[in-house]
Amino acid sequence: MTAEVAVRVEDKLFYNRYLVDSGRPHIKVRPHTTPTPALRTLLKACPGRCYELNDSGQVEVTVDGCLECGTCRVIGEPTGDIEWSYPRGGYGVLFKFG
Amino acid sequence: MIEEKFDAIVVGAGMAGNAAALTLAKRGLKVLQLERGEYAGSKNVQGAILYADMLEKLVPDFREDAPLERHLVEQRFWMMDDRAHVGLHYRSDDFNEEKPNRYTIIRAQFDKWFSSKVREAGATVLCETTVTELATDAYGKVIGVRTDRYDGEVHADVVVLAEGVNGLLGTRAGLREIPKANNVALAVKEMHFLPRETIESRFNLKGDEGVVIEAAGTISRGMTGLGFIYANKECISLGIGCLVSDFEKTGETPYGLLERFKQHPSVAPMIDGSEVKEYAAHLIPEGGYKAIPQLYGDGWVVVGDAAQLNNAIHREGSNLAMTSGRIAAEAIFQVKSRREPMTKGNLALYKKMLDDSFVIKDLKKYKDMPALLHNQSQSYFLTYPQLVSKAMASFVRVDGTPKIEKEKTTLRSFVSARSWTGLFGDAFRLARAWR
Ligand SMILES: Cc1cc2nc3c(=O)[nH]c(=O)nc-3n(C[C@H](O)[C@H](O)[C@H](O)COP(=O)(O)OP(=O)(O)OC[C@H]3O[C@@H](n4cnc5c(N)ncnc54)[C@H](O)[C@@H]3O)c2cc1C
Ligand code: SF4
Repeated sequence: MTAEVAVRVEDKLFYNRYLVDSGRPHIKVRPHTTPTPALRTLLKACPGRCYELNDSGQVEVTVDGCLECGTCRVIGEPTGDIEWSYPRGGYGVLFKFG
Repeated sequence: MIEEKFDAIVVGAGMAGNAAALTLAKRGLKVLQLERGEYAGSKNVQGAILYADMLEKLVPDFREDAPLERHLVEQRFWMMDDRAHVGLHYRSDDFNEEKPNRYTIIRAQFDKWFSSKVREAGATVLCETTVTELATDAYGKVIGVRTDRYDGEVHADVVVLAEGVNGLLGTRAGLREIPKANNVALAVKEMHFLPRETIESRFNLKGDEGVVIEAAGTISRGMTGLGFIYANKECISLGIGCLVSDFEKTGETPYGLLERFKQHPSVAPMIDGSEVKEYAAHLIPEGGYKAIPQLYGDGWVVVGDAAQLNNAIHREGSNLAMTSGRIAAEAIFQVKSRREPMTKGNLALYKKMLDDSFVIKDLKKYKDMPALLHNQSQSYFLTYPQLVSKAMASFVRVDGTPKIEKEKTTLRSFVSARSWTGLFGDAFRLARAWR
């Protein structure tokens, strides 16, 4: 049973409530030409699939669907690949159940 | 900017922060509690089992108005392979007692209620406020916090860091390290809604009785991790978590694991036809005793998940958080009543009191388990569940093979998978770490 199951993460994020702080992303990726191993890891490890490769092969983050778990921070902050903060007070994901 | 000075500032309105703020406010201290979410609980994720005893120490009559889901009468442990599970069920009518011992809860709702008790006790609670930094004096003593709301500082004699597993403030201030990938698990979780009667018939329950299932095995694909299925009144909490370092190593996706867990033939019928209403993710501290950082210093203490006070073996965290929050508050109150300053020397009392409690005693007992499970994750989470399941299949299937042959085949499968030394070594290491 090694077959990958197809999962549409966007659909999952759609269940959630967010208050997006437009123009003030709380996570930033350090500019790079080719992604480091840590950045590559984030493409798969982020539960919100917020990290994606752009057309020129760099890793980009879109924080709109961020679940604020901190996984990317644990992986990418010590290596200097990302800068990580919480969103401003009140913004970001709002769990109704948690 | 708030001009007035507080006796204590509590950062975070989760389990640990609410316990600390409540205890401090009840003792008459002037408390400011800051929470970044829109309301207490809006950022928090849990399975979630609530342990009554630790809450009772804070709110003795909590059963009267706390939002509780079901009291637990049954616990199941599943060892899973791809098609089957071998289970241990413990169910007892004795758990239908007047004051039940464990409940399922929904964290966002529970935290809101807990926070209302903190306000009633007289603390000032400010939500929608992210604390960005600790404020220190020229000697490095913590004297307050900076937030994104006031352009200035708020001051207090002591800051209680109840900021949860990510512990941004403490790590930014160099009081402790960023959690290491092999000391935290990433858990993903969904809420599946079904009519109450459907849940009760699927789980064999009546009234407010509840069941929880913990599952290990091939569902984590050889990574150190667990799945869980908890029955609430009108929904089922279902999730799976594995060490972040294992996600790094394997390249598995968290949502892929969750999806496969849901599709497992033992799980799928339980959630069939449900409506999903939320998808959440959160880290869980799993490093245990050896990962506990410095717990106090000049003008600060750290409690709950931020201090890695979490018992991954027993899936207990909220009760350790509540207890450490309460104990820190009691220590602060003692120092305050002696009219002494909140220095590192005086706040060492918190550590001393915590060492005497079940919190540190339990974590110490299992100090070798995290490393063992991590290093042997392939055996414990992949090989053994498959072997046990195969053994069970052979045991129950009646096909004319003499029993003695079946036993030999089963034994051979264990020995060829792990070798005699491997088997004894695994058993010995597990027993030693458990002791
Ligand atoms: C999937 C999952 C299942 C679990 N199941 C169980 C279970 O069944 N039983 C159990 O006992 N435990 C369980 N746990 C563990 C339990 O949830 C935690 O141990 C507990 O929540 C820790 O409480 P805490 O107060 O330390 O942290 P949290 O509850 O995480 O609270 C931290 C609070 O601080 C706030 N905060 C953080 N930083 C800032 C800042 N800079 N400014 C302002 N506010 C801030 C956050 O918004 C949050 O409200 C589970 C955990 C997970 C993730
Ligand atoms: S915090 Fe979690 S959800 Fe948000 S981007 Fe990082 S890994 Fe993804």
